Amino acid sequence: MTNILLMRQEILLISSILILLIATIFRAQGAKKGIDSLAIVLFAIVTVAGFLPSETGNLFGGMYQLNETTLLMKNILNVGVLIIMLQSSAWLNTDDHKKNSTEFIIILLSTLVGMDYMISAGDFLMLFIGIELATIPTALLAAYEVKKVKSVEAGIKFVLLGALSTGISLMGVSIIYASNGSIYFSQISEMMSITNLNVLGMLFFFSGLAFKISLVPFHMWTADVYEGAPIPVASYLSVISKGAAVFVLVMILYKVFPVLQETWTMAVYILAILTMTIGNLFALRQKNIKRFLAFSSIAQAGFILLGIIAGSAMGMATVIYFVLVYIFSNLGAFGVAGAIYNASGKEEISEYNGLYKSNPKLALLMMLSLFSLAGIPPLAGFFGKFFLFTSAASQGYYWLVIIAVLNTIISLYYYLIVVKAIFITPNENAIPYFKSDNMMKIGLSLAAVGIILIGFLGGIYDWVYALSWGV
Amino acid sequence: MNMLNLLIIVPVITMIVINLSKDYKSARIIAAIGMGSQLLLSAFLVFSYLNAREAGETAAMLFTSDHVWYESFNIHYAVGVDGISVSLILLTSIIAFAGVFASWEIQNQAKEFYTTLIVLATGVFGFFISLDLFTMFLYYELAVIPMYLLIGIWGSGKKEYSAMKLTLILMGASALLLVGIIGIYFNSAPDGGQLTFNFTEIAKHDIPLAAQMFFFPLTFIGFGALGALFPLHTWSPDGHASAPTAVSMLHAGVLMKLGGYGALRIAVYLMPQAAQEMAWFFIILATIGAVYGAFSALVQKDLKYINAYSSVSHLGLILFAILMFNGIAFTGAVLQMISHGFITALFFALIGMIYSRTKTRDIYQMGGLMKVMPVLGVSYMIAGFASLGLPGFSAFVAEMTIFVGAFQNSDLFTRVSTVLVISSIVITAVYILRAAGIMLFGPIKNKEFLSLGDAHWFEKVSIFLLIIAITAIGFFPSWLSNMISESVGLLVERFVVR
Repeated sequence: MTNILLMRQEILLISSILILLIATIFRAQGAKKGIDSLAIVLFAIVTVAGFLPSETGNLFGGMYQLNETTLLMKNILNVGVLIIMLQSSAWLNTDDHKKNSTEFIIILLSTLVGMDYMISAGDFLMLFIGIELATIPTALLAAYEVKKVKSVEAGIKFVLLGALSTGISLMGVSIIYASNGSIYFSQISEMMSITNLNVLGMLFFFSGLAFKISLVPFHMWTADVYEGAPIPVASYLSVISKGAAVFVLVMILYKVFPVLQETWTMAVYILAILTMTIGNLFALRQKNIKRFLAFSSIAQAGFILLGIIAGSAMGMATVIYFVLVYIFSNLGAFGVAGAIYNASGKEEISEYNGLYKSNPKLALLMMLSLFSLAGIPPLAGFFGKFFLFTSAASQGYYWLVIIAVLNTIISLYYYLIVVKAIFITPNENAIPYFKSDNMMKIGLSLAAVGIILIGFLGGIYDWVYALSWGV
Repeated sequence: MNMLNLLIIVPVITMIVINLSKDYKSARIIAAIGMGSQLLLSAFLVFSYLNAREAGETAAMLFTSDHVWYESFNIHYAVGVDGISVSLILLTSIIAFAGVFASWEIQNQAKEFYTTLIVLATGVFGFFISLDLFTMFLYYELAVIPMYLLIGIWGSGKKEYSAMKLTLILMGASALLLVGIIGIYFNSAPDGGQLTFNFTEIAKHDIPLAAQMFFFPLTFIGFGALGALFPLHTWSPDGHASAPTAVSMLHAGVLMKLGGYGALRIAVYLMPQAAQEMAWFFIILATIGAVYGAFSALVQKDLKYINAYSSVSHLGLILFAILMFNGIAFTGAVLQMISHGFITALFFALIGMIYSRTKTRDIYQMGGLMKVMPVLGVSYMIAGFASLGLPGFSAFVAEMTIFVGAFQNSDLFTRVSTVLVISSIVITAVYILRAAGIMLFGPIKNKEFLSLGDAHWFEKVSIFLLIIAITAIGFFPSWLSNMISESVGLLVERFVVR
């Protein structure tokens, strides 16, 4: 007996989208406020509902699977999206965007539906539909500011490169199907053997996800798209889109390709080193805060691979935990950048000089977020990174860990450069004091609370660990 | 409530109250009250510790408490102290208290200054009470990172360069340390038990030798960089020269001791075989550090550089003593940590006070300062005499113990390096007396200096507190060295006599 309520999360999201559509029709012409407050309320309900206990099981003959792990992953993404929606509310209510704010939110939620299906997929077909639903509308989001050339450029770049990577990925799926005769994960993993064809298929498929996670050498789009896209979209790409792809990658590698562990371990090893190092080295020279955070997020993706490589329950747990931590840290940084952009239109790092004197709270949150990204205790990022390194070390990859810790020092350097600009460099024309709206304040406070508290609550990791499994 | 947790709670409360205060005047009073209660707490801790030992407590660690933090990694929040950590906690609280008075006149963002300073102190206290490597590492980094802001915002000279250099070298070293700690964790149960971060548990087993050989150098270098291990000491002179007074005091006085403590407690104690195998290499580095630091101090013109290089030299002595692997040398190492902590803090406090008056730290521009500021001048001479190891001061006791310990090892290599290290003491006398002579005596070179005032009351509090500590240890070393050597005895059991 199939229970359609297993898809509770997706159904709630789709109903919210429909409600928002209808509400837009009835909204008075020229209304002062956009539709976003309703959207936030609806989405908050969805988020809270996600934490209610749920049955687990399969739908449609195993195409759709819900278990506690996937539920946890969806909840983590929901929290991130909620923070982003809070942080983008003020931006959506500016005169340029008020008219189309419904579109923005609906597209945003649609991609989230896609990600939920990605995570819950039980076969390659469902997974592929999920990936497409999550990718194509994202290009629309990136090109949302149609009047800006850079934004449109970002959208086109994203959709072209995204199509290419999806194509390669689909090629991989075809090869796997050809070689194993099934698209169901459970059947493939049973039939899988170490053949060249299987390895090729896996690597092709891997590269499609690597594009979304922006692993080197699939990262070329990242900085340009982040720079061109509006800040809420850039933050969405950097945490939610990336987080969902990481979740799928770790589950697929552990669930579908355990037989090829030796191969993908090697691939992950090499990509981890490349991604960390190149992301960090490019971040050193960035002047624009969005490009800066783009390269920093590439480097962080490299660290995530250290968890994946372990291939154990500890590996999966540290990856999920790190994504959770990373969502809060990165949204703290992007949130402050967004608040400053809304108030002053500035997004160069040199324009942040002297920010602490004029806007101490924002400056402090920016420092906390960057320190958390750099892995400074007692902030959440420290715990996330420590555990990732521990999980790589648990399989004896000590040299990889040494390369990773040296990379954290490079990253500390560039994070400190921003901290220096904000706290130390004197500036007569610092960005003047401004007040953010309440939604932004809630969004930033949520990020701050997460950054400060997660590490102290050891139970969160243990909970994640209990729901994880290895190869 | 465990007494040790109060050592963390009091600073945290102080920080919160400071940020609620209105202006710099109330902020500094709150900071003084907070650090004062911390000092009383530490004194009480020493008394309770001594009483407990008197009453026949034989456990290695006293006042322990243990809470599970991360169950799946078996990470605990475990605290406890022995004679070594108790004495270092006392050192920290005295210097932190003196540091607040030494920075009494800071008005630029005073709240932030005291908050950051107390974050640093909290990290140090936490480090000394931790029994769990994870918690210890957390506190270690917590103590290092505030240095960036403290030097960068409140420093002087090329502060941005110094702050970045210091932070990157120390955090780089701590990154190696992290690998070392993770490596120790995964080898903590060679016979198949549960992995643990608790070092008292780890010490019950022998980590496999192959693992020791890989992780000992990482751990030792990681801690050694903070203990000014040559050639990773280069952050120290620049950092100290740019740092504000109280930060120099805390950093040279206490923070650098984290390196020595960690090298002894973690690197050497947990991996004794590898430590003995590789000792020759690090003995060479420590010897070079001790001698090279002394010679560098000899040619410096800037008072802070003189004292910073002198610290490199004296800390080389600590690392040297740790690598001698016997109880007397270990006791000497800890004594030297405490003695050097007080003396160097006194030096930096005095230098800061002199600099705030003369606006220069170049000794050749000063002269005859003894006439205009006798209290500061006499105190500088006391610090100098203490530093060059005159009997009656703490350094004499410490250095004597180290050399007695070092001479227990009778092989030629150790003998030669011991003699070389002792020669650094002679050079110490030269550079201390040279600086003091040029600066304090002779005619007054700059007429403007004639109008300078002597120490204020708050400066005297800071100076006298430190002088009392130095002379107290000098005259009554036995209670301290007994307390330390008792605990050191348990560490030494792990070493075979060469």
